[in-house]
Amino acid sequence: MSRHVVANVDEIPPGTRKLVTVKGRPIAIFNLAGEFYGLFNKCPHQGGSLCDGVVTGLLQSSQPGSFSYSRQGEIIRCPWHGWEFDIRTGQSYCDPGRIMTKSYNVDVLPGTQVVEGPFVAETVPVRVEDDYVIVDV
Amino acid sequence: MQVPPGAIDCDIHPAVPNLAALLPYLDEHWREIVLLRGMDELNSISYPLTAPTSCRPDWRPASGKPGASLQRLREEALDPFQNSIAICNCLYGVQLLFSEDLAAAFCRAINDWMVAEWLDHEPRLRASIIIPVQNPQMAVDEIERCAKDPRFVQVLMLAGADMPLGKRHYWPIYAAAERHRLPIGIHAGSNYHNPPTAVGWPSTYVEDYVAQSQSFQTQLTSLICEGVFSRHPDLKVVMLESGVAWVPAHMWRLTKYWRGLRMEIPWVDRSPDEILRSNIRFSLQPFDAPPDSAGLNRVFEHMQSDKLVLFSTDYPHWQFAGRDAMPDGLSAELVRRIAIDNPLETYARLGEMVR
Repeated sequence: MSRHVVANVDEIPPGTRKLVTVKGRPIAIFNLAGEFYGLFNKCPHQGGSLCDGVVTGLLQSSQPGSFSYSRQGEIIRCPWHGWEFDIRTGQSYCDPGRIMTKSYNVDVLPGTQVVEGPFVAETVPVRVEDDYVIVDV
Repeated sequence: MQVPPGAIDCDIHPAVPNLAALLPYLDEHWREIVLLRGMDELNSISYPLTAPTSCRPDWRPASGKPGASLQRLREEALDPFQNSIAICNCLYGVQLLFSEDLAAAFCRAINDWMVAEWLDHEPRLRASIIIPVQNPQMAVDEIERCAKDPRFVQVLMLAGADMPLGKRHYWPIYAAAERHRLPIGIHAGSNYHNPPTAVGWPSTYVEDYVAQSQSFQTQLTSLICEGVFSRHPDLKVVMLESGVAWVPAHMWRLTKYWRGLRMEIPWVDRSPDEILRSNIRFSLQPFDAPPDSAGLNRVFEHMQSDKLVLFSTDYPHWQFAGRDAMPDGLSAELVRRIAIDNPLETYARLGEMVR
């Protein structure tokens, strides 16, 4: 496993996402209110690009007719068939034990640490005064 | 293949011989109404009297309705199969009536007739409660009245109703059934207030009968999606005379679309095929499946459970010949489950002492 600089923090404001490619793997990077998460960008169902899906919340119900909506912004719905995934874990709603998309560890580090390495940052120019999004792949 | 001794037949059809037979069980007002109106039979287009499927040739009486004689039912449906128990599902057109009061009166009469003319004379018989489904509260009243007798083991509804059976309109019925540990039996048939197919009225009986499985699929989908089993997790629903082989394909479809559309029905918080396996059962006859053993067993593999199918002869309807009520090629273990274990696990009241 190696650590990869994939973006300047300013490129992915809270509530947005960015598709990056690391070691040939498409990875969707999400910023949930300042916390960063990475998901393998192919839906385990048929390979839809999760990064292009609708970001929604967790809809639950205690009984028929009741709708309880929580965790707004933390669920991604695949644009192809609507399967829902927890952005924090990659687990599906429909079958969390068996169906999931791989989740990658994402950190934010200051440029001062990034320039010290060891990081791979072929495409992101690093400056000591900025913060960077780092993915372990 | 024959059934093992001691089997529990979950679907037989004693027949009300004619309307006059119910008169002693109607109270005075309704008896007078029946006579003054000149009411004849409550016939529908279900099970035409002389259709070959309506009665096996060797079970057909010289005159009158098949299934109307207790003695013949003993000799034809109970003794040859060495059944320990058989559940009577009386099909008489009370669901067709538009008057809630008249329907309730007839249901009370049929249930009392069932006790007096069948259950009191034959200890192997149990019965389903016939309800005035036209009015759920009156249906609940009838369930409460009959449930005191432990020989009533189920509540009977028809696959074709005024609206999908998962609708909250019907929920008082399900609450009462769950409270009394009575499964809801949904039998092929209809009140014919709606066409029996989703595309309109067919021309022939064969189309009507084949289309019943459409109704069952829609009712199964409705019951799951509307959240009946989320609200009543202990409720069992038995699909009677529904056919079986369509079940895996339909569940693949329902589960597939639940995965992408479940935000419409968040109370369905388990996969529909999981709900089916915990709450829904199917009677054996008429069994429609591949004729070869390998294909047959593949159907059961696709159902992912050996607990879903309950033995039935569908007496006196013509579904098989001789005593071969069980399809060929099933393992002895599966045959035992279908014949005995599954019915006992489904019908909680069968294990209770009979008064």
